[in-house]
Amino acid sequence: MATRRTTASVTIAALLALVAWDLAASEPPNIYQAPPLLALGSGQAASGAHCSALPSHH
Amino acid sequence: MTQANVATPAGGSRIVQRVALVGAALLLALAVAALVGARYGLLLLIGLGFGIVLEGLRFGFAGPWRAMIVRREPGGVMAHLLAIGLVAVFAIPLLASHGSELVGARAPVGFAMVGGAFVFGACMQVVMGCGSGTLVNAGSGNPVSLLALPFFALGSFAGSYHLLWWTDLGSLPVIALDGIRGTIITIVALAAVAALVFRLGKPGHRAMPRRYVVAAVLLALLALANLAVAGQPWGVVYGLGLWGAKGATALGADLSGSGFWSAPGNIERIRSSLLTDVTSLTNLGIIAGAFGAAAWKGGLNAPLPKLPARAWIATVIAGFLLGYSSRLAFGCNVGAFFSGISTGSLHGWAWFAAAFAGAYYGIKLRPVLGLEKR
Repeated sequence: MATRRTTASVTIAALLALVAWDLAASEPPNIYQAPPLLALGSGQAASGAHCSALPSHH
Repeated sequence: MTQANVATPAGGSRIVQRVALVGAALLLALAVAALVGARYGLLLLIGLGFGIVLEGLRFGFAGPWRAMIVRREPGGVMAHLLAIGLVAVFAIPLLASHGSELVGARAPVGFAMVGGAFVFGACMQVVMGCGSGTLVNAGSGNPVSLLALPFFALGSFAGSYHLLWWTDLGSLPVIALDGIRGTIITIVALAAVAALVFRLGKPGHRAMPRRYVVAAVLLALLALANLAVAGQPWGVVYGLGLWGAKGATALGADLSGSGFWSAPGNIERIRSSLLTDVTSLTNLGIIAGAFGAAAWKGGLNAPLPKLPARAWIATVIAGFLLGYSSRLAFGCNVGAFFSGISTGSLHGWAWFAAAFAGAYYGIKLRPVLGLEKR
């Protein structure tokens, strides 16, 4: 009988494939330009993307 | 053979399995920290924490809302409000004092925002998984969520593509509660809603289970860590839409026609590695954390459900609509409800009201669509 082990394994395999493909297709990360460990107290503006953000278009 | 003799190898194998799970999680985070940057490794760990808490303590959003609507059990909803309140006490003052470093989940209330939240509330009951819930359930092997997830990502990409058209239908300016006054108003409002759902609960079924209290406190701590490390609150759906945008770009799609995807920040996100995107990292962590928690508990041995064809078709459509609607609503249960309210945004409250109304109808749809017995 098929169990959740099968479907969970498919999920993890798909995630690993996504990350591997993305690493091959995207600009390679540059660790020397990595931001400080914590944004809080860094003195730098937050630069991540969030679902609540609306870009201006006018 | 004694029972002890039978139990020993199984127990030993389980210990090895659990050590391997913890080791794999730490190794993954270390690898990301070493290859991409310490902040990104830490964000993956925070995501793993979200997944472990949500799956390990069997806590989510869709289930407790259903329990309130169907059985008048308010414990889960009160736990949501507790977690949001705990975050708000720290997050709203921090946003006021460190406004140059931190941003809140603040978005405008509008026609499409409210409509999107209503549709999201209905669809999250159809597939019994919200933004975080779909990730958690896919990680723990729920086939409905596994099928819904890629369509959720496609829908999130498409909703983002059309977002500016939808917001042009009519939106208020962003309204947010700030500083100590904003914190007090938010806490009083959360307490008032908690008192209301408690009052509406069935006598004898109003208690908040201990695991919900533990989950609420742990989620609040992780959400605050997310804010301090990333500079922004916990979110889910941007990352899923980004996965869709990367896929579309790889297939040759031209996204310059979209005001959203042609914005400089989003072009940069599409070009860069997923391992440098905040919500992608926590999403990956949630799925992996839920997988680990399910494996730890032995939950992966559960058999798969047998569902009719119309249930799978409904899952595909609802998955797409979850993604599309959550972009119009400026977030899902995490980005809008949890993070919006806890960082003072009015849109979080509007989202809560509209999505809860949608959930009522989504619950009625489930048996019609073959996802549960009539």
